[in-house]
Amino acid sequence: MKQRRILFALLALGAALIAVGCAQGQPAAVLSKAITVCLECIGIG
Amino acid sequence: MDKKKRLGVQAVAALLQNADFRGFFTGRVSQMPTKAVCVPGLNCYSCPSAVGACPIGALQNALSSYSFKIPYYVLGLLLFFGALLGRAVCGFLCPFGLLQDLLHKIPFFKKIRTFRADKYLRFVKYAVLVLMVIVLPIFVKLTPVFCKYLCPSGTLAGLLLAFSDTRLFALFGSRFMWKACILGCVVLASVLLYRPFCKYLCPLGALYALFNRVALVQMATDSSACIGCGKCAAACDMCVDPSKTPNSAECIRCGKCMTVCPTQAIRYATPLRRKPEDPPQEEATP
Repeated sequence: MKQRRILFALLALGAALIAVGCAQGQPAAVLSKAITVCLECIGIG
Repeated sequence: MDKKKRLGVQAVAALLQNADFRGFFTGRVSQMPTKAVCVPGLNCYSCPSAVGACPIGALQNALSSYSFKIPYYVLGLLLFFGALLGRAVCGFLCPFGLLQDLLHKIPFFKKIRTFRADKYLRFVKYAVLVLMVIVLPIFVKLTPVFCKYLCPSGTLAGLLLAFSDTRLFALFGSRFMWKACILGCVVLASVLLYRPFCKYLCPLGALYALFNRVALVQMATDSSACIGCGKCAAACDMCVDPSKTPNSAECIRCGKCMTVCPTQAIRYATPLRRKPEDPPQEEATP
């Protein structure tokens, strides 16, 4: 029962954080980084 | 779960996360709008075919930007994936996990199951998560420290990108050599050991490990059916004893223990379903 409550709380918190992030336009920031080559990742930058 | 079924799920998941093959011909990373969403596993977004964002890369980029904002979106996604699946992500959805699984299938005269420092080295991934993914990127601006100095998935993505656009080879310097050495070590170690990167270094695995005890996908051992034969513990490649700790932070939910259990005492479970031994709730009487 306790586990179930924790699970629902985590899922709700996760959904709330995603919603807040979306409201702040954070997916666009993720996208802008993801569609350019990450030089640090590939070992150049 | 059957080995082949799991391999099938892993292959489909890896393909779905790397579904834009145009990049291999153009030498560019995918421009698909789906890259606004983080994938659950470790899959570098600089891989030419990646159609999603790497959650660890996205988290570091957000933390290390000059205009620091709490990365609610990425944290929310990680929390959501963790709460739903825990380390089942590692066992079923992570492309880098699949790569290590395949490497471990290469026959070698002596595979190493465990060694003395194993249980201590397992804590290194938590240090990597805290230091290289969270703390250092906050203080060293514009530097995704884990991606820059450690991540072998990024190095692999760089190599794939360089084979698509050979001009990149000219730009590879000492840092690439360092990262290539790490990738080489991980590849060699994966042939000998089962999933060394997941066990000792992966910050994403460390994060999901924190959710294993409360996630929707869990394992359960029926103590009345368990005969204590120890076959599950002997079969577990992650060196977990499912009869004692079915929801260990190291369990990647591969289900190998279930297939070897002679009494089918181990099964997938979820906290949503009431345990059989729980007494049924009595109906209210007027």
